[in-house]
Amino acid sequence: MQTVFRADQGDVTAVDEVSFQIKLGETIGIVGESGCGKSVTSLSIMRLLGKEGRIQQGEIWFNGANLTELSEADLRKLRGKEIAMIFQEPMTSLNPVFTIGNQLIETIRLHMKLNRKESKAYAIQMLTKVGISRPEAILKEYPHTLSGGMRQRVMIAIALACKPKLLIADEPTTALDVTVQAQILRLMKQLREESGAAIMLITHDLGIVAEMADKVIVMYAGQIVEEADVFSIFEKPLHPYTQGLLQSIPGTENNDNNRLFGIPGSVPSIQRMPQGCRFHSRCEYATEKCIHEQPTLKTIKPNHQVKCWLY
Amino acid sequence: MLPYIVRRLLIAIPVLIGITILNFCIVNLAPGNPVDMFIDPNTPQQLVEAKKEMLGLNDPLIIQYFKWLWQLLQGGFGYSFSSFAPVTHIIGERIGPTLMLTSISLTLGLLIAIPIGILSAVKQNTRFDYIITGLSFIWTSMPQFFLGLGLIYLFALHFKILPTGGMLTIGGDDNFADRIKHLILPVSVLTIAIIGKKIRYVRASMLDVLKQDYLRTARAKGLHAFIVTNKHALRNALIPIITVFGMEIPLLLGGSIIIEQIFQWPGIGQLTMQSILSRDYPTLMGLNFIAAIIVLATNLFMDILYFVADPRVKYN
Amino acid sequence: MIEAKESPSQTPLIQIEGLKTYYPIKKGIFSRTVGHVKAVDDISLNIYEGETLGLIGESGCGKSTIGRSIVRLENPSNGKIFFQNEDITQYSNQQLKPIRKNIQIIFQDPYSSLNPRKKINDILSEPLIVHKLVKPHEVQQNVDQLLDAVGLPRSYKNRYPHEFSGGQRQRIGIARAISLKPKFIVCDEPVSALDVSIQAQILNLLKDLQQELNLTYLFIAHGVGAVKYISTRVAVMYLGKIVELADKADLFNHPKHPYTQILLNSSPLPDPKLRNKERLIIQGEVPSSANPPMGCRFHTRCPYVQDKCKNEEPLLTGFLHTVACHYPLG
Repeated sequence: MQTVFRADQGDVTAVDEVSFQIKLGETIGIVGESGCGKSVTSLSIMRLLGKEGRIQQGEIWFNGANLTELSEADLRKLRGKEIAMIFQEPMTSLNPVFTIGNQLIETIRLHMKLNRKESKAYAIQMLTKVGISRPEAILKEYPHTLSGGMRQRVMIAIALACKPKLLIADEPTTALDVTVQAQILRLMKQLREESGAAIMLITHDLGIVAEMADKVIVMYAGQIVEEADVFSIFEKPLHPYTQGLLQSIPGTENNDNNRLFGIPGSVPSIQRMPQGCRFHSRCEYATEKCIHEQPTLKTIKPNHQVKCWLY
Repeated sequence: MLPYIVRRLLIAIPVLIGITILNFCIVNLAPGNPVDMFIDPNTPQQLVEAKKEMLGLNDPLIIQYFKWLWQLLQGGFGYSFSSFAPVTHIIGERIGPTLMLTSISLTLGLLIAIPIGILSAVKQNTRFDYIITGLSFIWTSMPQFFLGLGLIYLFALHFKILPTGGMLTIGGDDNFADRIKHLILPVSVLTIAIIGKKIRYVRASMLDVLKQDYLRTARAKGLHAFIVTNKHALRNALIPIITVFGMEIPLLLGGSIIIEQIFQWPGIGQLTMQSILSRDYPTLMGLNFIAAIIVLATNLFMDILYFVADPRVKYN
Repeated sequence: MIEAKESPSQTPLIQIEGLKTYYPIKKGIFSRTVGHVKAVDDISLNIYEGETLGLIGESGCGKSTIGRSIVRLENPSNGKIFFQNEDITQYSNQQLKPIRKNIQIIFQDPYSSLNPRKKINDILSEPLIVHKLVKPHEVQQNVDQLLDAVGLPRSYKNRYPHEFSGGQRQRIGIARAISLKPKFIVCDEPVSALDVSIQAQILNLLKDLQQELNLTYLFIAHGVGAVKYISTRVAVMYLGKIVELADKADLFNHPKHPYTQILLNSSPLPDPKLRNKERLIIQGEVPSSANPPMGCRFHTRCPYVQDKCKNEEPLLTGFLHTVACHYPLG
């Protein structure tokens, strides 16, 4: 499977010159702070950018099909079946006026040829799989009666029901408590092994990336600034932004009592992207060249690319 | 649920008592006096006083109030000062036409406003949306009497295809087609006023829901956009709409005063107007009391509907 | 230095005694109270001058309620709160006014805690004027100093809150909190909503200000990292109770309560080499605080549960490292 992605949207460019690929069974972690284009990237793959968004340039290939050129009808057959998605806010991503059963069975019946009874049995099976102990009762519950962790389990059950080849998880545990996060991450690992699906994990938490991902993409201001396997990124991060992100995590051994390394300033808004390297205004190594010319993504060694004039 | 309804009904009792007091005071403290209205100015003073005595108008207000309350508890509103018929009977005669007028208008309003509002929201910022928003703005701001008179001029006087008013042609045969003909103009005026306001509510409510995360989830499942809009979004958008339409029911009874005047519709609105002009206190108080009950009942009904429509609502 | 502050002989700046905050649950036709949500259930706590007391726990454990009770945004159902040995629990708003100057709070969501229709200048000068802290002609100068202190350009004072990013808004929130020169600040999840790189800036700022202005913090958070970075002592809460309280190093290196141990190990570390390390993961979720379990409140999820835990509630014991567990870890 190859997903090449190159998007450039309309009048404000949220995501620019982004290319990467995911292989079956691989987990790719996309890291970056808010506003760096992580979520837009994933919604572009699903072609769910809404009325205002569009993919200006580039192609997305999924299993031999160019998603950018597929008709809406063909896309619908892929969504939820071949490519499924879990969102950040389990509190708001389930429809409050329909029961869990209704929303789970809806997906099952849409994509699988099962009758009412079979799909209900399958729904119960799915809920059991994601670690819900009273599946029959939960089917009749409304989302607001469940805790955040339970809802996220339900979302995972909905996403995995039709055995997708690609699962896009957009900050799946950000809204959850740490102990529940640990449960959900373990569940995702288990299910990944069972299903062999590719996972695109979007997060701002480097801990989660270290825990889950095989390959890491670091995004900044709508662009990929570094891409490497997970061990290289954490051992020898090349881009100053990646380095800064790693150093600003509080509570790790290296900064216990000293000052934290904070990257000065904040992410530029998409309306006012700086010229040259987009990180130059916050970068301690910035030179004259960085201010005027934009670096390209350079391959430093096999499986390690970086977009920086330092290399 | 049941305890909640019982509690609401219990709360309604003191509210209703308060309403009777307010109702009684406002009507009786108004300047003017029923006897002056229907008695020849040349009548000798003793006769006027005797008449007042007979109607109980010379009693202290508090006694008058309790007399009225006593009648109310027995299920009556007393007798009209002008026609001397029982008020319940008079209102009973007039309530049918009003209910017919308002229920048809409200139903039509719902059936038109909801789909157009949804479409307008889904096609936000397109030409269709602009036209609908513009029209609803015009419809909302146009006074009902103006629209009513305009339509009468156009269809009744100019084209002569519809009657100017009334419920049926006097002296004509009472058939279905004739009734429909008489209904068209007043119903149109009321319906236009309703949809003007409600399209904007439906559109706003729908726009609000369309932004929600769960609709993105529904799309991500691979559902058709039509199902996403009309199943997932609509069910949620309807919840605030219920309240807004519910509030319209008591307003319609009040609002129809003008329409019934203009179209000579023999309903509650016309009766209200007549009893105000003739200082017919018992009829007026009866009408006010019924209006209060309708407001209380619709509120309760709306809350129950809310409960049914939105599983998150729990009454404690 | 730290030892001196922690010695029980020193009088604490804030003292909480047996604090309980209950919310009634009403039911039935006549809204009878059928039970209570015990958000904070019998908590005693001392906060010493100059220290940062970290308070961690998962959502719904009552940690924010404690902070809000100290600044009296919440009225405690029972118990006492002392500020510099003065019992302020029953104070009226009028009596509280001089105290309020000394006790401030920073909220998680800086945006919703700033009035959107007021310029930064107005937001920052209002408390100065209300508390008559400076002469009218010195107000502007003071606002400038506040902006300098939190690292914002002075020119920003004519802008509205919506013109700022999350990190900048939190700086404004901090400027507002320190404007009255308080002695004590409740930091209620001040960095939870911010990006990692911005979090670091704010945490550094809080640390700097603490030194400059000799502030005492109650730092409430659900993330372990920030608490570990900023605190002197750390308290762990579970279902309305403190389960463990100790010096930071002690707590992080030798947690005694099973819940602390699990909580500290729950967030994945930014090191892929540790990914396959077997971790203790607790099952289930926090039970409802309307109906907390009998005995030890953690027993329903505790991996080391014994019979005694189910029946008998453990008390908070120990001298410098206190723990509420019948069978504390090594």
